[in-house]
Amino acid sequence: MALTADEVRHIARLARVALSEDEVERMREQLSGILDQFAVLNDIDTEGVPPTAQSLDLANVERADEPRPSASTADVLANAPRREDDYIRVRAVLDT
Amino acid sequence: MPDIDLDVTAHEHATRLRAGDYSARALAEATLVRVRAQEPALNAYITLTEERALAQAEAADVRLRAGDGGPLTGVPIAVKDLLCTSGVRTTAGSHMLETFVPFYDATVVERLDAAGAVTVGKTNLDEFAMGSSTEFSAFGPTHNPWALDRVPGGSSGGSAATVAARGVPLAIGTDTGGSIRQPAALCGILGLKPTYGRVSRFGVVAFASSLEQVGPFGRDAEDVARLLGVIAGPDERDATTAPLPVPDYTADFGRGLAGLRVGVPQQFLERGLGPGVREAVEEAIGVFEREGAIVDRRVTLPSADAALAVYYLIAPSEASANLARYDGVKYGFSFRDGSSVEEEMAETRSRGFGSEVKRRIMLGTYALSAGYYDAYYLKAQKVRTTITREFEAAFADHDLILTPTAPTTAFRLGEKLADPYAMYLNDLFTIPANIGGNPAISVPCGFAEGLPVGLHLIAPHFREGVLLRAAHAYGSLTDWHTRRPHGIPAS
Repeated sequence: MALTADEVRHIARLARVALSEDEVERMREQLSGILDQFAVLNDIDTEGVPPTAQSLDLANVERADEPRPSASTADVLANAPRREDDYIRVRAVLDT
Repeated sequence: MPDIDLDVTAHEHATRLRAGDYSARALAEATLVRVRAQEPALNAYITLTEERALAQAEAADVRLRAGDGGPLTGVPIAVKDLLCTSGVRTTAGSHMLETFVPFYDATVVERLDAAGAVTVGKTNLDEFAMGSSTEFSAFGPTHNPWALDRVPGGSSGGSAATVAARGVPLAIGTDTGGSIRQPAALCGILGLKPTYGRVSRFGVVAFASSLEQVGPFGRDAEDVARLLGVIAGPDERDATTAPLPVPDYTADFGRGLAGLRVGVPQQFLERGLGPGVREAVEEAIGVFEREGAIVDRRVTLPSADAALAVYYLIAPSEASANLARYDGVKYGFSFRDGSSVEEEMAETRSRGFGSEVKRRIMLGTYALSAGYYDAYYLKAQKVRTTITREFEAAFADHDLILTPTAPTTAFRLGEKLADPYAMYLNDLFTIPANIGGNPAISVPCGFAEGLPVGLHLIAPHFREGVLLRAAHAYGSLTDWHTRRPHGIPAS
């Protein structure tokens, strides 16, 4: 299945990945080639077959809801690229 | 400094440490000297953790002197740089996390520490564990100790290379589609992917959460069994760990191969194999037969041929969700010179991720996007059910499924970089076990054109013991796992 350059740009936007025009073309070729290989799935009849999300026989795993120490603010903020006091600084997301 | 033979197994080191032949500190120092000497040739490590290793070794010596040592106390180990280590940077092989320093240990790292293991470093990997050659690391490729112009396999290539080169006797890897077993095969050592849910994933940088497991590398079955025994077991911080006790994985050693019902699906032996691979695997099958295993070549896994497609839909889909967290805000690389929030995020991700990671994020985003979800992602999940049922049917009357681990021996650096799908084909035989959640092991079974070949055994859920019993029996009848790569500085 051949993707168009516009489809590649749309996916890149959804994935929040900036691509140069060269990368769009390379990605278009490579992803189209990989998608072609997925046609093999159509040969398998899955009528009435439920999907599997994970292979364990576990459901609704719970544990006691007990208070315990959590991570310190200093530890959590240690890797933040932009800080201000005890906050992570981000750009404004709304126009003012 | 005492004369220490660094080529011995972990259990041999443990015996000698307990006997007081040498101290854990002396062993750690000698190990670091050898690992450093090998690094220019191998590039197996992203970060060496000398300080941590020496502190752990001194603590191990205290325990050993008190007679309180376990099987790993004082034994050097390397850990894939995908597992968080408190105070030691954890890069996932990515520019995105080049300076990321976690404030907690992964559960597996915590258990190694509690067992007294000595962590000498964080090993190289394909970025975010996405790859089969370790060439997609932002820190340069790792080289195969058997031939330095060849890849060690991947994604846990650094762990496999340093164990094969006798740098350390043990290492930790992760396996999402073959990332422990394929490099084990290409480097001539043992590597085991546990049953999904057997080992905690807490503190492991997430790639494809429904497929990946942490597991051991070693140079004999006993070492792999002992290391698995230390890292396995339930963890309340990972709700996908199974609430099952951890057995003694060496319990069935000595039972041999007699009576084991081994299924050999012919489809995995009949096409696409590199020169010498089939011959080595057939010879191994002969050993199983001579020792009284019941080999059945009529077993089939008809849908296993579609496992590769299932994997390359499910894994990138999960990856695209897991890697959405890398937005340049909370931690990791951050591009700050854009004119909008969206531009900064898109540039952060464009510059922070390498080409293969971006390719898989794009693939997964596409497979999950409106209009394509049913045709790709949902279809893949249904075929996953079909493959799982075929495994269950095969295991109704077999103890093991036997295949080659990888279609070829180690290929040359750069050989498959330009063709993503050719690279994906490396995982053809290993992926079905991840799809079904089954445990599987790769065991050295010979050489083709001077390069190691791996024998792949798959078992029913939570039957790691039968894998290790077979690996131990096979290893006592053959000496492939004892061969030492030539051309590696011995220090």
